[in-house]
Amino acid sequence: MKLSSDNPFKKETELATDTQIEAVIAPTGSLQRSASLVRVKEGFIRTILLACAGVSILTTIGIIFVLFSNAVYDVAPDRIGADGKVKPNEAFFQIVSPVEFLTETRWTPQYAEKHFGILPLVCGTLMISGIAAMIGIPVGLCSAVYLSEYATPRARSIIKPVLEVLAGIPTVVYGYFALVFVTPYLLKPLIQDVLGFDVGVFNAASAGIVVGIMIIPMISSLSEDVLRSVPRSLREAAYALGSTRFDVSTKVVVPAALSGIIASFLLAIARAIGETMAVTIAAGQTAVVTGNPFESVATMTSYIVNVSLGDTELGSIEEKSIYAVGLTLFMMTLAMNIISQFVLRRFREVYN
Amino acid sequence: MNTTLNDPMDELAPTTSSEPATEKTERFVKPVAPVEIPETASLSVDAATKVCTRNLDFYYGNNQVLFDVSLDIPEKSVTALIGPSGCGKSTFLRTLNRMNDIIEGTRHTGEVLLEGTDIYASEIDVVLLRKRVGMVFQKSTPFPKSIFENIAYGPKVAGLRNKARLAEIVEASLKRAALWDEVKDRLQDSAMALSGGQQQRLCIARTLATNPDVILMDEPASALDPASTARVEDLIFELRKNYTIVIVTHNMQQAARVSQQTAFFFQGILVETGVTKELFTNPVEKQTEDYITGRFG
Ligand SMILES: Nc1ncnc2c1ncn2[C@@H]1O[C@H](COP(=O)(O)OP(=O)(O)OP(=O)(O)O)[C@@H](O)[C@H]1O
Ligand SMILES: [Mg+2]
Repeated sequence: MKLSSDNPFKKETELATDTQIEAVIAPTGSLQRSASLVRVKEGFIRTILLACAGVSILTTIGIIFVLFSNAVYDVAPDRIGADGKVKPNEAFFQIVSPVEFLTETRWTPQYAEKHFGILPLVCGTLMISGIAAMIGIPVGLCSAVYLSEYATPRARSIIKPVLEVLAGIPTVVYGYFALVFVTPYLLKPLIQDVLGFDVGVFNAASAGIVVGIMIIPMISSLSEDVLRSVPRSLREAAYALGSTRFDVSTKVVVPAALSGIIASFLLAIARAIGETMAVTIAAGQTAVVTGNPFESVATMTSYIVNVSLGDTELGSIEEKSIYAVGLTLFMMTLAMNIISQFVLRRFREVYN
Repeated sequence: MNTTLNDPMDELAPTTSSEPATEKTERFVKPVAPVEIPETASLSVDAATKVCTRNLDFYYGNNQVLFDVSLDIPEKSVTALIGPSGCGKSTFLRTLNRMNDIIEGTRHTGEVLLEGTDIYASEIDVVLLRKRVGMVFQKSTPFPKSIFENIAYGPKVAGLRNKARLAEIVEASLKRAALWDEVKDRLQDSAMALSGGQQQRLCIARTLATNPDVILMDEPASALDPASTARVEDLIFELRKNYTIVIVTHNMQQAARVSQQTAFFFQGILVETGVTKELFTNPVEKQTEDYITGRFG
């Protein structure tokens, strides 16, 4: 009798003979190149996949090109007008100086006396994004913490789909929700009747509130992902030191995931800045530099919509101005995205 | 093979196979001391019981993994839990500070008594319990904070705000965990930058900072290199003077070096408990003997 069969802790390993092994793993197939038809098929699949990946890259390049050629420098050759005169194709910044664009405080391309200062539009955009952030960030973060740290699997299975529904509502619906519910039934009674501030039919606050609601699902699902990726061992260590669930969430898990959470905030704010439909409907069209959230403001996006929908003459300075505004918007959201990528990378470094 | 050469294997083969198998088994099993047993591997007889379990059964869902475990853990000593992988050592250890509570679907029957009080009784505050019964894990788990903040974490969640007092605790804990000299000049640096062995001693220091009386350690040195392991073992050996320690280990040599009592688990059953020296030199149960010798025979 062998010792190992007596001892339950020793692994019984029957050593297979070489011939047995050979029978199983010996190479049988030939090493010749596969038939050419198979190779063509492989190459075809590869090309299709690459093309799909290429679509988004080409689109981005195309958009950047259109923005630049209309806003910064027009590459198209000069045209000869019907009257025989040379009409130079000029981009927006070849006509309006970037200094005026950045420092002037009036934005009146549609009036007789034209001023091209982007500040009122940036101001409107930032005010609405700011209000949206004040609502979306705390609510989104709290729901992320709830889902990741507190919710039972059952509660999660109910709340997650609800958040997804919220994310799927068309933004135009949010816009009308602001216009026909938030302003008349929330802001007017509270702010106007109780506190005594005038609330306009169109106002930044109602737009900010609905955009804030709009970004909650985004913040909550992105933040929840990073919270859940905090290793379980870290939570256990914290519990073993006498932490309550609240201690574990606020003092260990959230700080450990902080850069990922901030990245989710930045992405959501970028979304709020670019939000168009709800803002166009709810905030109105008054390009002013103001600190009052209860009056009408214009944002970069809502200006672009209005010029696009109006009967603006093609090639006019008005038409060109939307590219300059679009470029500004593009730069702002791009910056937010780059910063959030950078922050996220730092988060990953902590655990890898 | 060239048959003209005198192959040593040819000479040995017949003798080995002709030897009676029973004799061979005897020879492997009889001298039971596979590990060196230091003099410290025994208990003073009058040691009081700190923690004990009574008829403890434990279940993950419907899967029972502990069967009727009754074990007394004497105070100010090291108790080693040994046994093959999956036999329930970690599960048992985690019942002692109710860490299993945070896993969904677990339940138990039987009692776990800390100084005679049932820790699963409804009036027990599990947060306070875990301060008294600290735990160190296999994988070191420093928080991504500074060294100082890691150690101060426990006292802080317990409500201590006094800066000077916190600094005192941090220093005392690090000294006790034999880490102070290595980190005293960089307390504000990230704990993640420490070496594996230092991180594990940091985790021990962090546990000491909550001022526990019992420390549970689940394979605390299994991820460390030999030098760091030796340091952690020395530390555990020192700590037993002030704390009651329960340690899970797969390393018999380590169990012999650091513990005074050893408990052998097999498939969820506590097979044998005894003073380390006796359990290793003269096990009562056949299964214990097989396990100890199987590893090192
Ligand atoms: N979270 C869990 N959920 C379900 N079953 C578990 C869980 N943790 C452990 N088990 C099961 O309980 C049994 C005992 O596991 P335990 O981790 O206590 O063993 P162990 O003795 O510590 O093993 P090892 O030496 O490998 O660490 C195993 O069969 C394991 O599969
Ligand atoms: Mg284990």
